[in-house]
Amino acid sequence: MNGAGRHRRNFHSNASLWWENLLTRMGNKQTTFTEGQFESYQDCTFFTRKEILRLHGRYRELAPHLVPLDYTNDPDIKLPLALIITMPELKENPFRDRIVETFSEDGRGNLTFSDFVDMFSALSETSPRELKTVYAFKIYDFNRDNFICKEDLEKTLNKLTKGELTPEEVALVCDKAVEEADLDGDNKLSFADFENMISKAPDFLSNFHIRI
Amino acid sequence: MTKCGVSVLTTGDEDEVSSCYEEHEWGKNRVKGREKEREKKKRGNARKKGASRAGRGDEELEERAERGEKGRRRRKRDNHDGKGRERDEEEQAEEKSGRAQEERDTEEGDAKRKKKNESAKREEKKEDGGKRAVKEKANAVKTKKHKKKSSEEEDVEEEEEEEKEKELRPESLSPEELEKLKEAVDEKKKLIQTLRGKPWPMKKKLSTLRESQEFLEKYEGALGKGKGRRLYAYKVMMTKKWMKFQRDFENFKTACIPWEMKIKEIESHFGSSVASYFIFLRWMYGINMILFGLTFGLVMVPEALMGRPYGSMPRKTVPRADEASAMDFAVLWDFGGYAQYSVLFYGYYNNQRAIGWLKFRMPLSYFLVGVGTVAYSYMVVIRTMARNANESGGGDDNSFNFSWKMFTSWDYLIGNPETADNKFASITTSFKEAILEEQESRKDDNIHLTRFLRVLANFLVMCCLAGSGYLIYFVVRRSQKFALDGLDNHSWWERNEVNMVMSLLGMFCPMLFDVISTLENYHPRIALQWQLGRIFALFLGNLYTFIIALMDEINLKRKEEEIVKFNMTVWEASLYNGTVPENSTAPPVTIHPADVPRGPCWETMVGQEFVRLIISDTMTTYITLLIGDFLRAVLVRFLNYCWCWDLEAGFPSYSEFDVSGNVLGLIFNQGMIWMGAFYAPCLPALNVLRLHVSMYLQCWAVMCCNVPQERVFKASGSNNFYMAMLLVILFLSTLPAIYTIVTIPPSFDCGPFSGKSRMFDVIQETLESDFPAWFSKVFSYASNPGLVLPFLLLMVLAIYYLQSTSKSFKEANVELKKKLQMARKAMTQAAEQQSNNNASPQAQKGEARSFLWWSEIGSSGIHGKKKKKKETFRALCKDLNVLL
Repeated sequence: MNGAGRHRRNFHSNASLWWENLLTRMGNKQTTFTEGQFESYQDCTFFTRKEILRLHGRYRELAPHLVPLDYTNDPDIKLPLALIITMPELKENPFRDRIVETFSEDGRGNLTFSDFVDMFSALSETSPRELKTVYAFKIYDFNRDNFICKEDLEKTLNKLTKGELTPEEVALVCDKAVEEADLDGDNKLSFADFENMISKAPDFLSNFHIRI
Repeated sequence: MTKCGVSVLTTGDEDEVSSCYEEHEWGKNRVKGREKEREKKKRGNARKKGASRAGRGDEELEERAERGEKGRRRRKRDNHDGKGRERDEEEQAEEKSGRAQEERDTEEGDAKRKKKNESAKREEKKEDGGKRAVKEKANAVKTKKHKKKSSEEEDVEEEEEEEKEKELRPESLSPEELEKLKEAVDEKKKLIQTLRGKPWPMKKKLSTLRESQEFLEKYEGALGKGKGRRLYAYKVMMTKKWMKFQRDFENFKTACIPWEMKIKEIESHFGSSVASYFIFLRWMYGINMILFGLTFGLVMVPEALMGRPYGSMPRKTVPRADEASAMDFAVLWDFGGYAQYSVLFYGYYNNQRAIGWLKFRMPLSYFLVGVGTVAYSYMVVIRTMARNANESGGGDDNSFNFSWKMFTSWDYLIGNPETADNKFASITTSFKEAILEEQESRKDDNIHLTRFLRVLANFLVMCCLAGSGYLIYFVVRRSQKFALDGLDNHSWWERNEVNMVMSLLGMFCPMLFDVISTLENYHPRIALQWQLGRIFALFLGNLYTFIIALMDEINLKRKEEEIVKFNMTVWEASLYNGTVPENSTAPPVTIHPADVPRGPCWETMVGQEFVRLIISDTMTTYITLLIGDFLRAVLVRFLNYCWCWDLEAGFPSYSEFDVSGNVLGLIFNQGMIWMGAFYAPCLPALNVLRLHVSMYLQCWAVMCCNVPQERVFKASGSNNFYMAMLLVILFLSTLPAIYTIVTIPPSFDCGPFSGKSRMFDVIQETLESDFPAWFSKVFSYASNPGLVLPFLLLMVLAIYYLQSTSKSFKEANVELKKKLQMARKAMTQAAEQQSNNNASPQAQKGEARSFLWWSEIGSSGIHGKKKKKKETFRALCKDLNVLL
């Protein structure tokens, strides 16, 4: 647990991570997580040890003075939305606020490390379509009423096109989208509608995916 | 914890069984929570308390909902639905109403007191056994039914009663109870396995995980009795160990995946389509690694270590005439000289049946590795295709045009402002296009002109293809003439003409096609497909002309071989006649192997051709990269300071990364590897090297001199398209290789099969001499056409059957879709009616809903069956591979 070693750790380089991992396994004292924590994170997410360590590095990078290196005693630390959306993975995403909010416990975008891991796990390559569908629905449901209504659709569209469509065009597209996907005729998309629509989308899995 | 288990066993009530454990835990949580709250209260921070209470309320609600859901699922088997729900409601009511802090505190005190009293009772109950508990439970359930007033006290009593019954040992359990416990345990296990796919917040996942693990630890050991018990414990332990091992292996595997960060960086700069090329490249690299391992480990190393050393026999020695120049760089670069007489090529291998102290069957190994390479490649490609097909959803359904555009068009991988801007722009245009198309299908301004132009374009492309084919054929024939004259009399260009011409054609023709395709005025996506198809045709044509020319050359070599063979006998005869006239037992004259005359060895020649082709192809790729991309980028960047127009934004600009062209290049390169690997075992190694270098080089080039594409096409749909191309290439490249192996007799004085009439005779030989007699008999029966043909017929029938069933499923799907639309229409009509005369459409709506539900079930069933079909199909494909 020497301080110099701590600061020398570079989480971006694969090789150093690998060696670090190996050293930890061989009984080096440099531990971020206990074996049990690794196990439970691996049970609850789609990540492997290496990725969890990398995620911790990324999380810590956002606020090095707040987040400790040693997570063995589960410190209760939350990072606010404003910090998290500065990550390059999210910075350009038009739905970044919604993503972070969806995965936060309080709905306001404050993420603990566990939530952080959960977020990237759900968005990872290996997570199944069903899970992604649930979270995609939550993300596009701006007003959180468990339906994607016209209002949500308009917001989505404006974010996607940076507001370059005229209001008439926006209205037309929203109407069309609802008409296509709404099966029970209530003029808004319930989860079942959304699921039915997205389950056939060819691009959904490849695009709804963040590699960390 | 024993309490819970026993209540599970004794009650016999499904409902209670399932939720008992959670109930208990939940109770504990609640107590804890209350304690916390009390503390807070003591602190007297009123505001904080309110907030935390609200939060806790939420939590509890969630938990309850969850529990209710679980219970409901399990209850389906029983018909206790009503009861369960009642109970849930009851609890809900309780929680909503009884919220007063003081009340709860006192109540909690009560609970504690009562618990103390209970412990005495529990002791008694232990002896009582299950029967009484069952009765008790029945009573409890009855009483619960009555208790609907949702008062706090009663609730507490209920909890008590439950706790009472939980106190029994697992030893005194009847088989059914054990069965139930087992079920509960299995359910927990399943829960742990599927936990990661649950859309819950992380906190809940973690706590559920902890609880389930505790439960498992407590009760897993209690399962099984007597002898079975030990076995069970052992089994449990082994499964645990196995899981741990699997996870560690998984960890190891991800740690071994190279270039993850590089690809990620590219992904964030260029989006998923460019990254998909690099992922493909990495995948290719993996495959080649395995091919390389096969040839290196089973062919090259054994021969180098255990075979006869260099210089021991003619095929392993540089002939006297070439000795002087055998070490020249120019010769080595052409893979002549020492390179030709080494393990890198077919001709070096000896036909000795078993080599070294291991008695390694070299010729057999050589043959099997050749076959294995092809079989493995088929397997991998088909498996990947099947997986891709499974992953991509329905695909070409056009009914969700707008909503798909809305919800799936943003590429979440993008992390670069420039790419993001491009993506925004392309999404906007795609929406505008869709709106236009929706409003009116655009009319063609001059259909005759476009038609004429398209025909013209195709004509031009055909001319290009024919021209390039002829050029290659011409060049190959010319090179044969040069080869007959002797290579030394010609310049470098004349010696490398074939490869250079092929590489140059591969470089410039696609550009030409690109120019031609502007004539056609297609939609960009369709234009891309045309372009890909044309390049494919070009490469294929070139490759096959090359092969045909090579065949000619092989025939020439074989004629030459005949002559050499004849001369050889004459030479040998003269040798013996001259030196040992009468005594044949005297030791024969030792002649240095370099002086022995030898045949032309067409196999090595073929291998050399392929290796040269690969090398020149690689060089052209790299040089194009450096000149076309890097130099251009440098010029644009630095000349921009002193130029009259903006070079960066204007004409030359930076180049875009050409995904499709690069993927095609990779595919064809692989095709050449597959074709030539049998005659040049070094090819996979070379390819690994090439891919490794191009990974770094292209990663660097794409980051430093390319700009993100302006129009971004989807990568996912094309994935299987590329795979299909790879499969076609694999098939087409194994075809000539297999043809040569099967029909042309091997050279008489080089290679592992020399002296045999056909290469595959090695199998026959092994069967005869290394296996018992009955085995070869069985084998000969099994390979009898009388048996093979019916088997093939059966397979064809099976494929036909599966295909027809899948077709019928598809039809059913379409039918269901139609019905769905009808239902939708009915529903909207109903809604309109309702708005007209205020009648309730509830009934109709409900009907439609249930209909929806049914159709969904139907379609899911179909999907399941489809999957099965796919699997069987995959298995069939494997069988086919094995057969081939």
